[in-house]
Amino acid sequence: MSIQQHDGQAAPGAPQQQAAQGNWPNGIAPYSSPIPMARTHLGHALVSEWTKIRTVRSTVWTLSVMFALVVGIGFLTALGLSGDDFTGQPLLAGGLFGLMLGQICVITLGVLVVTSEYGTGMIRTTLTACPQRGRVLLAKAVVFFGLAFVTTTLACVLTALINSALLGDQTRPSYVNAEDFSGSFEGGKVVASGGEWLGATVGAGLYVALLGLLSLAVGALLRHSAGAITTMLGVVLLPLVMALFMVGEALQDVRRMLLEYSPLNGLASLYRIPMSEDQDATGWPLLGGLAIVTLAVLAAAYALLNKRDV
Amino acid sequence: MIELRDLTKRYGDKLAVDGLSFTVRPGTVTGFLGPNGAGKSTTMRMVLGLDEPTRGDVRIEGKRYAELREPLHSIGALLEAKGVHGGRRAHDHLLCLAQSNGIPERRVGEALEMVGLQDVARKRPKGFSLGMGQRLGIAAALLGDPRILMFDEPVNGLDPEGIHWIRTLMQQLAREGRTVFVSSHLMSEMAQTAEHLVVIGQGKLLADTSMSQFIAENSRTHVRVRTPEPERMRDLLTEAGLRPVPGAEGALEVDDGDAPRIGELAAAHGVVLHELSTQRASLEEAFMRLTAQSVEYHAAAPGGTHAPPVPQEGTAPHPGGPQSPPGAAQPPPAWGEDWQDRKGRRG
Repeated sequence: MSIQQHDGQAAPGAPQQQAAQGNWPNGIAPYSSPIPMARTHLGHALVSEWTKIRTVRSTVWTLSVMFALVVGIGFLTALGLSGDDFTGQPLLAGGLFGLMLGQICVITLGVLVVTSEYGTGMIRTTLTACPQRGRVLLAKAVVFFGLAFVTTTLACVLTALINSALLGDQTRPSYVNAEDFSGSFEGGKVVASGGEWLGATVGAGLYVALLGLLSLAVGALLRHSAGAITTMLGVVLLPLVMALFMVGEALQDVRRMLLEYSPLNGLASLYRIPMSEDQDATGWPLLGGLAIVTLAVLAAAYALLNKRDV
Repeated sequence: MIELRDLTKRYGDKLAVDGLSFTVRPGTVTGFLGPNGAGKSTTMRMVLGLDEPTRGDVRIEGKRYAELREPLHSIGALLEAKGVHGGRRAHDHLLCLAQSNGIPERRVGEALEMVGLQDVARKRPKGFSLGMGQRLGIAAALLGDPRILMFDEPVNGLDPEGIHWIRTLMQQLAREGRTVFVSSHLMSEMAQTAEHLVVIGQGKLLADTSMSQFIAENSRTHVRVRTPEPERMRDLLTEAGLRPVPGAEGALEVDDGDAPRIGELAAAHGVVLHELSTQRASLEEAFMRLTAQSVEYHAAAPGGTHAPPVPQEGTAPHPGGPQSPPGAAQPPPAWGEDWQDRKGRRG
């Protein structure tokens, strides 16, 4: 109805339409800027979001702490396991422990990328500069995911190299049954297969970056830093913690399911030390599941972002 | 040019903005005046597409905000809530905004220089004073060299030098042919800056008029007379065709009377005068009177000489007129009493 008023017959609109064509009542011509302007597109939003993410200290802090935790704990674990004899753990599995802590930093950063804008009121400035809200969310998601994936994968690669260097010359002790660890040994020395390498580097990097992206989406839904971080910690830790206390016979199925679909199990499976009963799990199906959940929550965040007032 | 049509925003039971229709034109500074909580900021957020109107719409140069190709080039805004990440350096804050609209990076330095923040470009706004934060917000508004500028309470937190600076800036921007729309809750501030005035109270349009018209219609002058014989004086004045009204401290207040004539009248009849002075109502008082009355529109029209000025634009509805039933008008209360009264009743 209001559109009709604008374009249609409404009498008061007529003189203003005239005015818009250059007939200014007070004789001052409308201002025209000498600055060249381009029609904005996603590329502008991506560059802008990249500037934003690299110019706040929280990015530097969370990612440095993540890097230090993953590589530092990975190194200490490898040092502890080093020795002449194989300890019964896949060669690269030691990287998991550092990454379990390090992923919390990525989750925190993912949440902050969105909620810090709500906390400071920056979101109003952002959406004034770019009223296409979906474009803002997409740019944030792409920039954050790229950064998180690259840094996490780098940390994981470094950790895997450390593990391989420190533990790679271990030999199989006589009491270990060779058939239980088929593929882990080559010429009597412990090795990691190509699949193990891929899982412990790119797989782990993807998994944690996806968790971070899920956090970003949860942050966009809740618009509150503490709330979103707490929610994400719950999502990551609670299934495992709950499963630990489910001892009764009746709860066995629930317990099994919680363990299987715990986000931590996905990560552990990528390192080939799954917590579920399926000891051959590679973690990739769980990673796919995480990707689907993340996309669904992102879609919900997109829908709400367009609907809400800011 | 900003056009508002029947713009309405409801939060739960409360109508924050109630059927606002007016046009902000280029080439002048348009003041947007209203007491705290009148709906100014909500209106501005709806202009920027941040809040979705419950009803009605806003057009920026004929377009909805979301349809603007290069929003920062069309409209620059300073919102009351700062909208700055405290940990991002001033330069970087402006840079990310410039990049989002494809504005060349050199504009960042120019904008910082325009507001006098070039020395703190590498500092984080967390440590900025209120005035510096306000200047950074203005730099962001100027970044795209926009045709429309919208400032929400821009003088808040500025020192006298800063206030003078922003006044001059707004007038200069308007002279360049830009549309300048600036909100304030201070009439005195607007009187010095704006040429056109839009007044709202409780979300409703109270006046849409030029500043000079507003001053002419609202700054009422009266003559104040104090005498030991007030009753005799009143009779004399009434006989002379004037309408004295009892004022404070036993004084008489005479609308439309000129002091020399009243003085001569008293002298001719041998009445002793203790005071004879011309009182000019300040714009601030006129504004308070106008906005305080908005409370009463739901009940009865104040009517008489106290009705707000008729809006200039044909598009703007007269707030008192059409809605109020004819014949409901009450005799005008004594000058000045009514807004004080109503304020008291409200609180």
